[in-house]
Amino acid sequence: MATLNKNAAQVRAPIVSNKRVGQYHQLIINIGELAGVCKPGNFVAINVGGENSRMVLRRAFAISRVSTNSISGGTMELIVAPHGQGSRWLCSQGEGAMLDIVVPLGSAFGIPTEAVQVLLVGGGYGSAPLFGLAEVLNAKGCRVDMLLGASTASKIYAPMEGKRSVNSLRIYTEDGSMGQSGRVTEPIRALIEDLNIAVIYSCGPMAMLSAIDEITRGTHVVHQCAVEESMACGIGICMTCVLPVADEAGNVSMVRSCIDGPVMDGSFVQWDKVGKTL
Amino acid sequence: MSALDFSTTLGNAWFPAPTFTASGCASSGRELAQFFDLRTMGGVVTKSVMMKARTGRPTPRMAETASGMLNSIGLQGPGIDAFLAKDVPYLIEQKARIVVSIAGETVEEYSTLARKLRSVSGISALEVNISCPNVENRGLVFACDPEASRRVIDGVRRTIGGELPIIAKLSPDVTDLVSIARGVVEAGADGLALINTVLGMVINLDTMRPHLGGKTGGLSGPAIKPIAVRAVYQVHAAMPQVPILGMGGISNGRDALEMIAAGASGISVGTASFGNPTAIMSIQNELKDLLIEKGFTSLRQAIGYAHRPESE
Repeated sequence: MATLNKNAAQVRAPIVSNKRVGQYHQLIINIGELAGVCKPGNFVAINVGGENSRMVLRRAFAISRVSTNSISGGTMELIVAPHGQGSRWLCSQGEGAMLDIVVPLGSAFGIPTEAVQVLLVGGGYGSAPLFGLAEVLNAKGCRVDMLLGASTASKIYAPMEGKRSVNSLRIYTEDGSMGQSGRVTEPIRALIEDLNIAVIYSCGPMAMLSAIDEITRGTHVVHQCAVEESMACGIGICMTCVLPVADEAGNVSMVRSCIDGPVMDGSFVQWDKVGKTL
Repeated sequence: MSALDFSTTLGNAWFPAPTFTASGCASSGRELAQFFDLRTMGGVVTKSVMMKARTGRPTPRMAETASGMLNSIGLQGPGIDAFLAKDVPYLIEQKARIVVSIAGETVEEYSTLARKLRSVSGISALEVNISCPNVENRGLVFACDPEASRRVIDGVRRTIGGELPIIAKLSPDVTDLVSIARGVVEAGADGLALINTVLGMVINLDTMRPHLGGKTGGLSGPAIKPIAVRAVYQVHAAMPQVPILGMGGISNGRDALEMIAAGASGISVGTASFGNPTAIMSIQNELKDLLIEKGFTSLRQAIGYAHRPESE
């Protein structure tokens, strides 16, 4: 464990476009050749607030997809929810604004060596990196089915073009305002059987990841999840983003989700010990 | 190009630059080495290590505050044996100058750690962290008690012998910092690291409870810089011969020079590295430029400059 992402670099990069998509913002940022070393699951850490800001910490965002052949050089896409001070600042930045970014960081989703059936499960804007992942899996010949869930319709992120790489897409909202009414985790058990799922890839709130782990525990299904824990640095020096994770021998330790994650094997995460003293 | 002697000393240890990481803010150097060559800075102060591996406090461990942050890590670490087996050899291989920081729960633990380190080559100095605020029993923050502070440093000094410089890291959360500083110097500390984080708390208004898993945390960042400058100034005024490693919210060259003028022989960068992995490099470059601009030919001339009478 604890393998640094050797490709990480600090760059100043311009915003190519910033569009509002429902409750979220889609930011396209020109990161040049670094786009070529970004993998689905990786994240970035961005300096927010500009000079003399009261915000001293970087903000981490999952890379939703990269493009290496655009006219402006390599770009990456981020889907940002303007929740807090930092993300609101980022969403207020216009085209051409320069950002101080460390990219790419963290672990990536493992891609199966054979064409297998996979299920992608996204909660809220956690769905964003799953569309880039779907493209990669699709190219591998995997059959990709996707479930997206959120509390309400406006929090579902499902771009039209993203749907092309998936075999099927089902949407669940807790208030029934879009797709089926209920939680995104409800149909998983049946789908594993019906579709002969080998791997579940998930990204979203911790409660959703933990619920998926409960379903896959004791089965042959591999659960690769991208965890979400608040980070101060994103590069492994602050020790704040830790999660209790077991190793092969069953020893549990607090590992950094910025280095050993964000993508982890869900079966090793000790979900019941998150937020507790070991 | 102007000739500037940028070197500094902490006790008998010489460093080509006065810039260090702050303990607990650089792990053991590997992570920052991705962004710059560790040799180019003064030295790496490693995360305070204890005898045994320690998992630390529950999450959330962090809360950003206005111009600062609270952390509540609780000395998570691999334990001294794993640290000596993996981290020290790595830093030696990188040709980094190493200041090992130790922390203990008892006076004896500090001495035992010192014994483990006595025969390790490649270490420039030892930081004795007696002021970590993130422990369950505030009575164990040795640096809040003059007598306990003295006993820890005395034990380490006796164990380690006279060679390796000992730097005692103190807390600003005390009524009379100078008397605690004087006590540890008398007990054998060659230098002082000022300041550790300031104890603080954030209430989460969604839960209406303390936000941090450990309830309280250590405040760091620009918010505490004036406290740190004051602490360094007071202690330097009382003991001008004792070298001080100054830290607390340093984020640019001007902050670094303030700390040096207050009396610091070197500066450590912590929270600024969280916000910018190359912060130490820019602080170092800005500090150099500032010293030259102000007409200094050596860093040493600037140390404690703020204590000179108006007429000079």
